[in-house]
Amino acid sequence: MLAFTVRRAIQAIGVMIAVGIIAFSMFRFAGDPVNQMVSIDTPAAERAAIREQLGLNDPIPVQFVRYFAGAAQFNFGISYQFRQPVATLLKERMPATLELATVATILAIVFGILTGVYSALRRDSIPAKILQAVSLIGISLPTFLIGILLIYLFAVTLGWLPSFGRGQVVRIGWWTTGLLTVSGLKALIMPSVTLGLFQMTLIMRLVRAEMLEVLRTDYIRFARARGLTTRAIHFGHALRNTLVPVITVAGLQFGSVIAFAIITETVFQWPGMGLLFVQAVQNVDIPIMAAYLLMVSLIFVTINLAVDILYTVVDPRLRATVSRAG
Amino acid sequence: MLAAAVTLSFLLLAIFAPLLSVQNPFDPAQLQLANSRFAPLWTADGQSPFLLGTDEQGRDVLSAILYGLRISLAVGVLGVLFSGTLGVVLGLIAGYVGGAVDSLIMRIADVQLTFPAILIALLVNGVAKSVFGNRLDATSMLVVLVIAIGLSFWVQYARTVRGSVLVEKNKDYVAAAQLIGLPAPVIMLRHVLPNAMGPVLVIATINLALAIITEATLSFLGVGLPDTMPSLGTLIRIGNNYLFSGEWWIVAFPGIALAALILSINLLGDWLRDALNPRLR
Amino acid sequence: MTEPVLSVRNLQVEFATRRHTLRAIDGVSFDIAKGEVLGVVGESGAGKSVTGLAVIGLIDPPGRICGGEIRLSGLRIDHLPAEEIRRIRGKRVGMIFQDPLTSLNPLYRIGDQIVETIKTHMSLSDSAARKRAIDLLAEVGIPAPDKRIDGYPHEFSGGMRQRVVIALAICAEPELIIADEPTTALDVSVQAQIIGLIKRLGRDHGTAVMLVTHDMGVIAETCDRVAVMYSGRIAEIGPVGDVVRNPLHPYARGLMGAIPTLAGDDKRLVQIPGAMPRLSAIPPGCSFNPRCAFAFERCRIERPEPIRRGAQAVACHLFDASVKDSAA
Repeated sequence: MLAFTVRRAIQAIGVMIAVGIIAFSMFRFAGDPVNQMVSIDTPAAERAAIREQLGLNDPIPVQFVRYFAGAAQFNFGISYQFRQPVATLLKERMPATLELATVATILAIVFGILTGVYSALRRDSIPAKILQAVSLIGISLPTFLIGILLIYLFAVTLGWLPSFGRGQVVRIGWWTTGLLTVSGLKALIMPSVTLGLFQMTLIMRLVRAEMLEVLRTDYIRFARARGLTTRAIHFGHALRNTLVPVITVAGLQFGSVIAFAIITETVFQWPGMGLLFVQAVQNVDIPIMAAYLLMVSLIFVTINLAVDILYTVVDPRLRATVSRAG
Repeated sequence: MLAAAVTLSFLLLAIFAPLLSVQNPFDPAQLQLANSRFAPLWTADGQSPFLLGTDEQGRDVLSAILYGLRISLAVGVLGVLFSGTLGVVLGLIAGYVGGAVDSLIMRIADVQLTFPAILIALLVNGVAKSVFGNRLDATSMLVVLVIAIGLSFWVQYARTVRGSVLVEKNKDYVAAAQLIGLPAPVIMLRHVLPNAMGPVLVIATINLALAIITEATLSFLGVGLPDTMPSLGTLIRIGNNYLFSGEWWIVAFPGIALAALILSINLLGDWLRDALNPRLR
Repeated sequence: MTEPVLSVRNLQVEFATRRHTLRAIDGVSFDIAKGEVLGVVGESGAGKSVTGLAVIGLIDPPGRICGGEIRLSGLRIDHLPAEEIRRIRGKRVGMIFQDPLTSLNPLYRIGDQIVETIKTHMSLSDSAARKRAIDLLAEVGIPAPDKRIDGYPHEFSGGMRQRVVIALAICAEPELIIADEPTTALDVSVQAQIIGLIKRLGRDHGTAVMLVTHDMGVIAETCDRVAVMYSGRIAEIGPVGDVVRNPLHPYARGLMGAIPTLAGDDKRLVQIPGAMPRLSAIPPGCSFNPRCAFAFERCRIERPEPIRRGAQAVACHLFDASVKDSAA
């Protein structure tokens, strides 16, 4: 168990180093950092001085270690567009993205499991068939179209919900939250539904497929032969066995929710990291791009590691094979 | 079968766009500001021949959609071809050569798979812009998009092909081919690859939908194709600005076209998967 | 004579497929008395397992019981409402399935699965149910049951898991146990132990047992009576000694002839030519007639009904007194 965790942790560190090399290469080679910091008429001598000052004349490995050590302390350099430390910008934007992604994931998991279980147990009912059809459409509709549709319905036509921004936020230390004000909560509804919808359909389809699979197994048949109540069989045995793969997928999806937030944040002008990143790509602001890549990778890798460990906790069989292999 | 027919008609619409459109939406000489912001034909403010209305430059929405469809499909198909070729070649090499090369390729694939395609596409896009300068013209932007999409979607092909190669490699006919001295690339392309083509075709169909979504998303985010060469995604981004002033048709029809296109390709993919029934989930 | 624990009369089960309705069980009748072990043999697809599932009310759609009746100690249990038959399952009728490796939920400790079953059927406290679970594990021969009760299924061997499955089947003291090929998935060395266990439990608790198997050796060793099934019907039923030593039905004769004996007699093993018909293509008359060496005109037209011959009953026209002369 411990050996397994250590091995996965080492793999995770390997991935982070690889991502670090990519981020550093972007930072250092894609676009000259000096050119971005000076104007056209800056004399060559001054440029050389900045070069020297930034340490761009040092050997590449030295520069890499310096960049990585800086990044480990959340020092990602200065944004070209904003002339501010990237870390400050990210820190400002992070609460918005994390709140959005968390709420969207919770929505996706709760409604995904509910609808998935329903459509597995009442497979031939009309609502289940409608759910299946809607989920196919949900997977086919690009996120930004769903966002536009919601804005048109609830902001433009009905005027119920705000079409952009976070509403009023409350500051708690460096964290800002929209969860404590009415306007903040209202502003959160459409973005989180838009962001969560794709994951929800995914989880629903997965739960449905897994549940149907589990319901066909011998141990479910045997549970019925033991005279257990339908409720105990469906929600005790079948659901628990279904949830093992679902946990993995839902956990892994949290990473992509953060990445997909890029689109949702653009549609709703949500002031998070994703919007910052898109603006960075539009304006070729390499330090922000590199920093975003590092931050998001760190979140991904941490989640993957956590899911791997969680998985072994939920499934006793894996615990056994894992400790044997370790 | 319906899905195949719809997909095919989208393809035909795209190919014959110039014949079906009332104007060339890219030719400023054909646009008249007097025609701007007409609502669709069936509403009170409709104006012939603009079936789906016009935008603020007097551009016919239907013509723009037909031309946009062309570009969306072109990027999608080229992106799939590029990612498919890349993935198949890497998969063949990984499976056939094995050893350290295999581990390296598959490890890269593992790592990349944890990152959503849209993020990779955005990064490739940003780096390309940075390297080539911010002022890429429309055609080179198209190439950048194809590469960005290609680099985002190769993993699934590589894994599938590698799997089939590992199965086929140990079969007698491959040993026989090796015995008569056929070079490895010939064995792989002529004998091993055809066995993997079924699943590859299914992945390609599903990825075509994903590639089109990715391109549309990038264009919507304003980092894809410019206004001078609009894809469906670009049209939706432009139209989105007019949503609040009530000109819903400028965004609605490109959106419907995109959704219908993706849905039909997805259904075609499902149907193909069932028909070919490869070991795919 | 006291009332049998299980009484099945003219049972019919059909499966509706898209093209036609298949009759999987067609007019099966038998009784099992208290403490008696009835063996049910036949080839795969003869309807043995379906009969067992029909008794316990676990025929899933598109299958359904479409005729006949099933009585458990006099109470009619076919067509009971789902909730009532559920209360009977596990409490009055225990079931053992073929594959112990897949019969237990891998995510639950075996103790939890036993306690859950006990508490479903008996009003016991948690600690009393756990105590009973430990006693049951001891009874089915699991060493150190007070420790193993907290183990997960994957920590048990196949034979041990089948013992757990048996403990689950008997945990509410059922009147009847249906064992569907309980030893097929096990090593030969373990098979005898499991069979011995089932037999002992039947004797100790006076439980009636319906033992479905295709293994004639198991039948001869364990059962009091045996029913030979062929394409959804009972070809012959009777005391195990009579049927094994003196099978009447041509199919039963073939079946017995196919068992190798340790006595080492030099007779060649008899083989029955052909294969059992698919359910969609059952011939008219006696369904065995295309493979039967003694078939005559009537076998191709008229379906034989069971005919008493001493303690045995056989569904074959050869034993109809009125035509016997012409047939022999």
